[in-house]
Amino acid sequence: MASQYSREVAHRVFAQEFRDSDLSFKDSNDQYSPQYLLTPTGAKINRMFIVGTLTEKEDIGTDAEYWRARVVDPTGAFIIYAGQYQPEAARAIAEMEAPAYIAIVGKPSTFQTEDGTVLTSVRPESVHVVDEATRERWVVETTQRTMERINNLNSNNPDAVKAMEHYNTDVSVYKQMLVDALKESTQD
Amino acid sequence: MIKETAKQIEERFSQIGFNIPISEIESRLDKLVNEFKVPPEEARRSVVNYFLKEYNIPRGDFYIQQGEVPTIKVSDITTEGKWINISAKVVQLWDNTHESIDQVGLIGDETGTIKFNKWAKAELPPLEEGKSYQFKNVVTDSYQERFQINFNRTSQIEEIQEDIEIGTQEVEFSGVMVDIQAGSGLIKRCTECNRALIKGVCGEHGKVEGTYDLRIKAVIDDGVSVQDALINREVTEQLTGITLDDAKQMATKELDQEVVLIKIKEGLLGKYYSIKGPRLDRYILVEQISPIPPMEADKVDALLTQLEA
Repeated sequence: MASQYSREVAHRVFAQEFRDSDLSFKDSNDQYSPQYLLTPTGAKINRMFIVGTLTEKEDIGTDAEYWRARVVDPTGAFIIYAGQYQPEAARAIAEMEAPAYIAIVGKPSTFQTEDGTVLTSVRPESVHVVDEATRERWVVETTQRTMERINNLNSNNPDAVKAMEHYNTDVSVYKQMLVDALKESTQD
Repeated sequence: MIKETAKQIEERFSQIGFNIPISEIESRLDKLVNEFKVPPEEARRSVVNYFLKEYNIPRGDFYIQQGEVPTIKVSDITTEGKWINISAKVVQLWDNTHESIDQVGLIGDETGTIKFNKWAKAELPPLEEGKSYQFKNVVTDSYQERFQINFNRTSQIEEIQEDIEIGTQEVEFSGVMVDIQAGSGLIKRCTECNRALIKGVCGEHGKVEGTYDLRIKAVIDDGVSVQDALINREVTEQLTGITLDDAKQMATKELDQEVVLIKIKEGLLGKYYSIKGPRLDRYILVEQISPIPPMEADKVDALLTQLEA
């Protein structure tokens, strides 16, 4: 099965962990090999799935439309960029009105500033309006997935080893993040 | 070591009615192993082959496994190279593509279906579609990463009266619909072979008029693994509320088949679903699909407790 092309899984990570990520790499030198972003809890992301609240959107393009949007989850904000190479997503964002709950399938992308800070953002493949129940389910699911990764951090899984080496992850920070996220999203 | 192997070979030959002096077997083995440095397994094979030829014994008679062949079900087949007995119904016979193959197709029992290959050299009786048989001493194999069963010269096939019911293995998967692939929505199928047309062209029959159909090729993702799903017209109509007639009208009005796909994507992408149905290759053929109900409060509480522990 390994010889066949297999689609990249859409990982679930919270905005805080995504923002803390700065290790981006490829598995081989082949130009078609996929780009990954490794997060502090060891998610090796080429594709991700986010549900959050669209709070701001702005067309920052000069000639063609180029949309920047801010999508907020209980732990922080994701920055989304969609332009002419993401026509479906760009059109969807253009038609949306903030605030709204939206679901995004997309690819992580990183940008390094002059002072060396790495900024993460998401290039969407698809963007759709969803309901509150979907958002709540995403928070719970993302908590579960993140917890699984945290529990796996001290194993000899290569992604976990690499994450610990690079980030020296303080597990308590992310555990607290999960508790807060879960409490915040499920209170009435 | 050599004595033991020789004894095994001698016993096996005597079981099938040939008494070969053990000293002769031993000396041949000894010569190969000790004088010519042949590895023991290879030596054994070579000695056995020598006597098979010498006494004109069909290879199958020697290598057939005695009594030990287990009777199993299709879903139990998880390794290649195993000799088994199996009762199954011939589901389909395919056009055979090679002269060394007598018949090829699909057999199945209540646990699933599997491809079979009946070698021409096996000289076995012809199988008929829809009839059930007991297949004895057949061997499992894998071809292009899928399991199959081969019928060879040592196999026996007997028709049985029982009508075996073909079952399928139902699987369930829950996750987010993260993608709907090209070839979904309102499509056309070839009237000859039912294949989906690509830009009005059938892969087999070229440019044909075709008939309309509605389907969804979806990708469901739970954050750990990815599952492809095929949703047929009936289930698509239920799920989207768009019937085939609605879809045709939408397409006619907009002069574009794509509008249907866009509408379907808007309704389904980014939402959580639970699907159920038989597995075929990498797909689940969806018979049931339902939105996942809201999280139950006690499950969330349990998760919190676990986290704060």
